[in-house]
Amino acid sequence: MNTEINATLDARGLNCPLPILRTKKTLAQMATGENLELVSTDPGSLKDIDSFCNQTGNVLVENSNSDGEFKFVIRKA
Amino acid sequence: MSQTAQALSTQMDQDLFNHWFDERMAQREADHVSSLTIIATKGTLDMAYPPFILASTAAALGWDVQIFFTFYGLSLLKKDLELGISPLGNPAMPMKMPYGPDWMQKIHMNIPNAVMSNVPGFESMASGLMKKTLSNKGVASIEELRAICIEADVKLVACQMTVDLFNMDRDDFMPEIQDWIGAASFLPEAQKADVSLFI
Repeated sequence: MNTEINATLDARGLNCPLPILRTKKTLAQMATGENLELVSTDPGSLKDIDSFCNQTGNVLVENSNSDGEFKFVIRKA
Repeated sequence: MSQTAQALSTQMDQDLFNHWFDERMAQREADHVSSLTIIATKGTLDMAYPPFILASTAAALGWDVQIFFTFYGLSLLKKDLELGISPLGNPAMPMKMPYGPDWMQKIHMNIPNAVMSNVPGFESMASGLMKKTLSNKGVASIEELRAICIEADVKLVACQMTVDLFNMDRDDFMPEIQDWIGAASFLPEAQKADVSLFI
């Protein structure tokens, strides 16, 4: 899938709840419809980012996992 | 069915009425802002985490959040945080080294209570090691989480009675404290909240 990325956030090495808090902060500076790419190493972020998107209405466009790194693409609502 | 609903449903088609009702309910749910109130009663390094983690995360989810700090929880609002942890009488606390090779960091050291209570400085050493463990694992410091909460408009309120009880000085506390209140002011807030926790 070819998704245009407007901002990236490196949350590798950070633990709960920091990936969520940084995501929220970064999204706040973005415009509706823009995509944020997030990379994290916290296994808890897998479920937490999903839940965050459900609660806030932002859309989890992509979600992949390789070598203990989790990549998410979130579209700001 | 209430009289109003009955009156409405006789004038309207039943299906139409149900549809209208579901729509109104969905609108109300969509407009509702979730809220969380927390009572923070503990002032140790380990127990400082749950209120600030839950509050900052709830704020990130767009919830309204208020924390009521009472008794030892008030130490979490001091300008200068000096939080410690005691392994003494705390059998669930893992005693592991944050330094050295991996295999060594996994060893749980079984230190007798008599040693913990008699060795001077044991508690500050344990607190130092815990802080090191937290930073090694990429867990935020309490200072950091607290700053995030303030930035995210989490309402911090403090218990007036505790300050008087322990002869504390209001000047030692953060200026960001929004109010000094008692139980009668907190309870109506908790009553309205969707989630209310005692920590």
